[in-house]
Amino acid sequence: MKILVGYKRVVDYNVRIQVKPDGTGVVTDGVKLSANPFDDIALEEALRLREKGIATEVVVVGIGPADLTAHLRNGLAMGANRAIHVVTSEAVQPLTAARTFLKLVEKEQPGLVLMGKQAIDDDANQTGQMLAALWDRPQATFASKLEIADGKATVTREVDAGLEVIEAELPAVVTTDLRLNEPRFIKLPDIMKAKSKPIDTIEFASLGVEAHDHLTTTRYAAPAKRSKGVMVKDAAELVAALKQKGLL
Amino acid sequence: MSKILVIAEHLHGKLNPATARAVSAAAAIKPEAIDVLVLADSVDAIAGEAAKIEGVSRVLTVARAENAHPLAAVLAPQIAKAANGYSHVLAPSTTFGKDLAPRVAALLGVAQVSDVMTVEGAHTFTRPIYAGNAIVTVQADASHTVVATIRTASWGAAASGANNAPIETLTVDTTLPSHTRFVELQQGSSDRPDLQSASKVVSGGRGVGSKENFDIIYKFADRIGAAVGASRAAVDAGYCPNEMQVGQTGKIIAPELYMAIGISGAIQHLTGIKDAGTIVAINKDGEAPIFEVADIGLVGDLFKIIPELEQALS
Repeated sequence: MKILVGYKRVVDYNVRIQVKPDGTGVVTDGVKLSANPFDDIALEEALRLREKGIATEVVVVGIGPADLTAHLRNGLAMGANRAIHVVTSEAVQPLTAARTFLKLVEKEQPGLVLMGKQAIDDDANQTGQMLAALWDRPQATFASKLEIADGKATVTREVDAGLEVIEAELPAVVTTDLRLNEPRFIKLPDIMKAKSKPIDTIEFASLGVEAHDHLTTTRYAAPAKRSKGVMVKDAAELVAALKQKGLL
Repeated sequence: MSKILVIAEHLHGKLNPATARAVSAAAAIKPEAIDVLVLADSVDAIAGEAAKIEGVSRVLTVARAENAHPLAAVLAPQIAKAANGYSHVLAPSTTFGKDLAPRVAALLGVAQVSDVMTVEGAHTFTRPIYAGNAIVTVQADASHTVVATIRTASWGAAASGANNAPIETLTVDTTLPSHTRFVELQQGSSDRPDLQSASKVVSGGRGVGSKENFDIIYKFADRIGAAVGASRAAVDAGYCPNEMQVGQTGKIIAPELYMAIGISGAIQHLTGIKDAGTIVAINKDGEAPIFEVADIGLVGDLFKIIPELEQALS
């Protein structure tokens, strides 16, 4: 079985984002970029499935500008067999990303597509679900446990009410939650090895994906700031302050 | 004019309060009608509750055995059919809505607006990005159905009781897939208030130290009638179950009182509590980032302070 892994590059999760004063976007020049943390978890899970002999090939997929290649090399260094780079300089919204993935799915015929549950930049939480809908295959979102046997995936999902277990016939789309696994670190020799692994480059325009995005962002704003709080010196003072506010 | 379809969320035959919050957002669009769609195996009790929510015009029900559990692959094609004639399809931004709505949007061939915070116009909304560190105004194409999830922490629940909307059976003619099957739901048993709708929440973090120590948090929460939450660190360390996690990737809540105990306040955690009325931080590290957002801060050892709090309350 082949596994496709969505591997997005985002502003590193430790960076405190600044909105541009003119409201046209957020400052990304010179800001550290990293793999979306949920995508690292997706890749790790794919590698573990290969190590168990369930998967035969793990392919990382990125959609983005020419310099995304360096990011895909990280995925190869972590252990993916090869990478697909769909090249576009345009920002790609989830529906377009899902349509792009569908084209790759039709060509590659994977048994499983693993994606992060959300990207920490747009926080959309949509692409996996949209791909599953367009592909007309099962989806298992927010996975914290994944078992594959007899042509089906048994997935434990982190839902508001607790943990839900579902069964999905393969091929399927699974999106990863934080507790699925702990991604491995990349070792130096693997970075060297990754240099000789193949990256297929595909021009976005050649895929024939309808890229008409229906959402237009008209303004970026900084969130409302909370007013400065007060410090109290002990428990009695805290209780008094909360009682005064009518909260206790 | 707008006509809105709100997807009802429910569990064990009861309507989830998040549904009434989505109705509030729907009302802000000032539509001609707000219909609530109930997909379940047994719909009567749920539909009855939905009909009482103020602002609801009609409750539409689809009772099928396949709808016993909220499987997106099964529900989405029915909703996509039912969406015909509606300008908007809304669902709460809970794990239910997040799982389902993008599948519906893709079937309709439209983009989706996630986590609507405010309604600026029938097709213009604000939503958070970068863990709530930026708020964007987005415009959806007016020639398409808008599919959106509603950030429940940004909207109060529409009042319930006075309304008596008609309940109608909807026939949705579509074949449903059998490739996805429900196995089980494992739930922590708790008679504490629901984390997402509670007016008071007490949360513990890594500073609590162990699963056993977490009892002190539960006890204090019970003392003041609060729900209990946790930081990611506390969940990862196994101190408490995942459904208690508050933050960017857990639950986003807006209680009147939020007490963060032994929580340092990582960006991802603060995202989950930004809209709380009053934030109280108790931490032994006076430099912890949680104090930057706290309305009331107290530096000290939680194992000393909590008993003192209980004493001050009695």
